[in-house]
Amino acid sequence: MNITEKILARASAKSSVSPDDVVFANVDKAMIHDVSGPGVIKVFEKLEKQGVSVDRLWDPTKVWAAEDHFVPSADKISAENIVKLSKFTKKYGIEKHFKYGMGQYGICHTLSHEEAMVLPGEVYVGGDSHTNTTGALGAFACGLGHTDVAYVLLNGKIWFKVPETFYFKLNGKLSEHVMAKDFILRIIGDIGTDGCAYRAMQFGGSGISEMSVEERLTLTNMTTEAGAKNGIIAPDQKIFDYLAARGAKNYTPVYDDKNSEYAKTFEYEASELEPLVAKPYSPENVAAARDISSIELDKSYIGSCTGAKLEDLRAVAKILKGRKVKIRTEILPAAISIYKKALDEGLVSIFLDAGVTIGPPTCGACCGAHMGVLAKDEVCVSTTNRNFPGRMGHVESKTYLASPLVAAASAVTGKITDPRDLK
Amino acid sequence: MKGNAIKYDQDNIDTDVILPGTYLKLHDYAELAKHAMEGLDPDFHSKVKDGDFIVAGKNFGCGSSREHAPIALSSSGIKAVLALSFARIFYRNAVDGAFLLPIEIGEDAYKNISNGDQLELSIEKNTIKNLTKNKEYKMKPFSELIGKIIASGGLFKYKP
Repeated sequence: MNITEKILARASAKSSVSPDDVVFANVDKAMIHDVSGPGVIKVFEKLEKQGVSVDRLWDPTKVWAAEDHFVPSADKISAENIVKLSKFTKKYGIEKHFKYGMGQYGICHTLSHEEAMVLPGEVYVGGDSHTNTTGALGAFACGLGHTDVAYVLLNGKIWFKVPETFYFKLNGKLSEHVMAKDFILRIIGDIGTDGCAYRAMQFGGSGISEMSVEERLTLTNMTTEAGAKNGIIAPDQKIFDYLAARGAKNYTPVYDDKNSEYAKTFEYEASELEPLVAKPYSPENVAAARDISSIELDKSYIGSCTGAKLEDLRAVAKILKGRKVKIRTEILPAAISIYKKALDEGLVSIFLDAGVTIGPPTCGACCGAHMGVLAKDEVCVSTTNRNFPGRMGHVESKTYLASPLVAAASAVTGKITDPRDLK
Repeated sequence: MKGNAIKYDQDNIDTDVILPGTYLKLHDYAELAKHAMEGLDPDFHSKVKDGDFIVAGKNFGCGSSREHAPIALSSSGIKAVLALSFARIFYRNAVDGAFLLPIEIGEDAYKNISNGDQLELSIEKNTIKNLTKNKEYKMKPFSELIGKIIASGGLFKYKP
């Protein structure tokens, strides 16, 4: 069995599983946020009316909550949702609730690794499609809807069809101007937005070993955009050190068996990758940044679980140091801890000197919620993960998905720019 | 189960157009219905009738995990989506929450069904009758577990 199969077999108390087997897997960790939380509450209310007991959760110590989509509260309804979520976590004894304005908080997927909320070998589900992100730590991490998360909160388990695994091997180290974002855009461009539908995407090879933990998280984050059930990477010393620095120990890493199989293997050479963008209106609509350098922009958005981790901000600072932005540029660190580190490292000064507006951690405009959404016909380069019609605002706005390096270089010129071409 | 087809001749109809992100803060089903398909078809709310079916191409419901998407469609009266394929979270949300039937169809049905055609679905026989065109198509049968969850009326009523 490969990693995904071994984790699902362990979680469903089976000696082995194969692709297409249906299992009820015991869940190790579950997450709700200010959108899926109120959705779960709605399911609980329906169940109560049907006479189903919702008095207690299966294990409140394994459940955690984030406030990220509409925070700081965008309007009255958002504020009410935050109040609802707070009442819910209090009522059910969920102690790990990251609240804005009260120390560490941020985007749920960022907290999942920044706070070591999930560990290698675990089954982790969240009420958000980008839950896949956390698979970079070597966990089975999968996004679910409100009904399924409500089921997990009450029963501690959920059904899965064991996915077949596509293996993506990266040979060699990425060059200085290329980021993990470019690699995952290349893959999605090659296989399409349903290229890994219902499947697991596993990453490996020397290029992944060379990659930092945060860069690996960018890969697994966007497995969602290929339709994947989960993204996963075998944990190594970098992961163990990352988790140890966050106080996490006592876990059992899981690895492929020697005779494990993948349904398909794809191989990429790091030396052949270049800065890319995904044009409107699909993450699979990929082009070389250099080939569309005539595209004029209104805005550069550097935020989200995909593109506002500490290393993303460092990459942006490398470009913006001593330069000025030519278009509106927003930077929203993905968590308070990252914001603080960016401040301590002097990145925030570089951003402010360049003319950038810095916002609080929030999903914000990435999902068209608030804090910089786009007007009709506005064109934006963004470090986020989706560019469907209306994703970041008006249905006739346009989003070009790119790496933090490309988004920063483009902010300086006002056009889509390959960082190598910046004077 | 009888109803009329509302056809979108395209692939990858994503959850951002089925229920735009700005409405994720809403959790009232009737309110969500008002914004169903707003990103793709602003007239949807005024034209949809109780019992209608959506017909679309591959990878229907890709994108976010928002259960708002099947809820908005179901609260608008949509009883089933007939598509060449479905994105995984939309599919399981539709089934586990018992909101609507996600039915996989073949190219023949997809090409042949026109907007406004009256259709009759039979889950027992795995058939779709096009009463307007007097044709019959096969639907892909549900897997064993999905069939049982649907028959039970959703995941919470299903006893493993």
